[in-house]
Amino acid sequence: MVMLRYAVYRFFTMLLTLLVVSVLVFVIINLPPGDYLSNQIAELQASGQSAGVAKAEFLRAEYALDRPMWEQYLIWAGFWPGPHGFSGLIQGNYGWSFEFDRPVSEIVGDTLWLTVVVNLAAILFVYAVALPLGVLAAARSRTWIDYTSAFVGYLGLATPNFLLALILFYYGHQYFNLPIGGLMDPSFEGEPMSWAKLKSILIHLIVPTFVIGTSGASAMMQRLRANMLDELGKPYVETAIAKGMAPSRMLTKYPLRVAFNPFVADIGNLLPSMVSGSVLVSVVLGLQTIGPTLLTALKTQDQFLSAFILMFVALLTLIGTMISDILLVMLDPRIRYEGREA
Amino acid sequence: MTDRPDNRFVDDAPFDPQASIQQLERADLDAPNWLLVWRKFRTHKLGLISGVFLFLCYVMLPFAGFIAPYGPNDRNGEHLYAPPQSVNWFYEGKFVGPHVYPIVAEADLETFQWKFVPDTDDPRPIRFFCEGSEYRLAGLVKVDTHLFCAPDGATLFLWGSDRLGRDIFSRILYGAQLSLTVGLIGISVSFFLGILFGSVAGYFGGRIDWTINRVIEILRSLPELPLWLALSAAVPSNWSPVAVFFIISIILGILDWPGLARSVRAKFLSLREEEYVRAAEMMGASSGRVIRKHLLPNFMSHLIASATLSIPAMILGETALSFLGLGLRAPAVSWGVMLNDAQNLASIEIYPWTAIPMLPIIVIVLAFNFLGDGLRDSLDPYQQ
Repeated sequence: MVMLRYAVYRFFTMLLTLLVVSVLVFVIINLPPGDYLSNQIAELQASGQSAGVAKAEFLRAEYALDRPMWEQYLIWAGFWPGPHGFSGLIQGNYGWSFEFDRPVSEIVGDTLWLTVVVNLAAILFVYAVALPLGVLAAARSRTWIDYTSAFVGYLGLATPNFLLALILFYYGHQYFNLPIGGLMDPSFEGEPMSWAKLKSILIHLIVPTFVIGTSGASAMMQRLRANMLDELGKPYVETAIAKGMAPSRMLTKYPLRVAFNPFVADIGNLLPSMVSGSVLVSVVLGLQTIGPTLLTALKTQDQFLSAFILMFVALLTLIGTMISDILLVMLDPRIRYEGREA
Repeated sequence: MTDRPDNRFVDDAPFDPQASIQQLERADLDAPNWLLVWRKFRTHKLGLISGVFLFLCYVMLPFAGFIAPYGPNDRNGEHLYAPPQSVNWFYEGKFVGPHVYPIVAEADLETFQWKFVPDTDDPRPIRFFCEGSEYRLAGLVKVDTHLFCAPDGATLFLWGSDRLGRDIFSRILYGAQLSLTVGLIGISVSFFLGILFGSVAGYFGGRIDWTINRVIEILRSLPELPLWLALSAAVPSNWSPVAVFFIISIILGILDWPGLARSVRAKFLSLREEEYVRAAEMMGASSGRVIRKHLLPNFMSHLIASATLSIPAMILGETALSFLGLGLRAPAVSWGVMLNDAQNLASIEIYPWTAIPMLPIIVIVLAFNFLGDGLRDSLDPYQQ
């Protein structure tokens, strides 16, 4: 019951954070001087196309861009009636993309769940790699296993993501015949889900997952190793060894369980950087996630599109953080349920 | 001292067997903190080497123009995408000093590429302390002497040339000026904000603490890169490269402080209950003085270590932004801007040397990590 209360509490803080984030996002998006439509109007006026100007002016009024900033925000978020009544983010209207001349929801459509898939795969990869390697490096500390994993880990932290992506793509294609670019074979685009499509997506996921997850995995591995080493020095470990417990069983039964908590909690810290990493990597690798769309939207000041994508990315992070917090409480009964009031 | 007949020397002073031991302990007890830290840091070989390396790199920055054989934007229209040239010492088995072979572009009519063929019969010695393109030493004095330059009638592309025929080696040296200082400026901003907000939150507690904490949480939960993108997209494109550079590094700093603020706050929460803080307050010290004189010095060293560890993130951040074309823009030269050329698979495959700027990035980031680790381990000299 207490558990549930915590989950509810955590959910509401998340909503509150999301609200603040939406304000932040809106302000940041509107920071650059001018906006897409006024740029366009100026351009059209310069070339003397009055019909286009009229259309742009119409769009300005249609999307309430001629109103004061705070009103624009409220309309965009859906707290305030716009020209068409309440129709904002919370009503499910994501706005209009001026650059592509289509509703935002149509443009992002498919890419949203692909983004989620890529990030989920990366998180799974981080856990799958960091857990065994971290434990192994701690259990066999100061041996070649430890040094090799530390070296690879440092290298993973130091290599810029996008370069790793390019290099892996190149060699992956040359030696393992991995596909280059995209998240599925072009023939499957727009097709309904099938086994062949799933298989194609999985093969295409290999390199991106690896690239996005590497730095996270190495950071996580180092922290798990440090935690494990702290635990391994404690008397209870010695007792277990003295009583003749099998080393692998001893490791997983006691120290790992203690060292595991920060491991789960960390995903909350890791997620923001992984999501941002995935945006960058998607741009370089041409994945059909929201990354490339975000970049174009930002460059052309397509404000509704970029604001929605930023909101979506933030939402993804916030949900991930919330899940990790709740998991943590479930794993460790010592953690207090109520929010800590300082 | 007494001279014995058998040439031995004996000290007249009475011998105290404890003296030598005590002396050592005494010196250690009196040693200032930095000496203890230094002694411990010295044993951390990797950290020490990285520290020296980074120091040399930063010392090199004002003299980049002197070391580089070419200017950052000197174009050589006849040598576009020239591969790296090797420097040879021996010609036909005889030692003739460092020399290169001139390379000539030949069109390959099958692949439609320029092929660069070295003329191995014509060794040209590299010139030293020679005159080349003009540059400003440390940004002030105009000079045109270079450490070494290309021989007459030949080129010297140690690491190849890029799509405009500019020397990649020289550009890496010039790029270091921006890429390496981005981290320093960014970290100063983040250091200042982090200490300010962290100490205020931890020291005063209550509502201020709650507010700052929420801000920290929100900022930490946002994915940084999209935010960087959005913020740097907001930088007007008609600003000068230098202004853009400052803004970018400040943006990097503004988004980095929450992590630092959190650790400062945690320390303050525990330290503000100490007796010496109470004593200082009782004697009428203002809160600002207590924070600055009594609390901060306690873990300044710890903060420096964590700052060292977060510089790499900024360097990588600048690289990523410039790489995407939203950070620094040409004619500014930074490693990210240079990597912009290596953005696609084709250039990695055909002109792999355009990706060379990634090497200094990796090396510098590794060095900062090792240095930070070494500092962190040695900053508490009393702990074993």
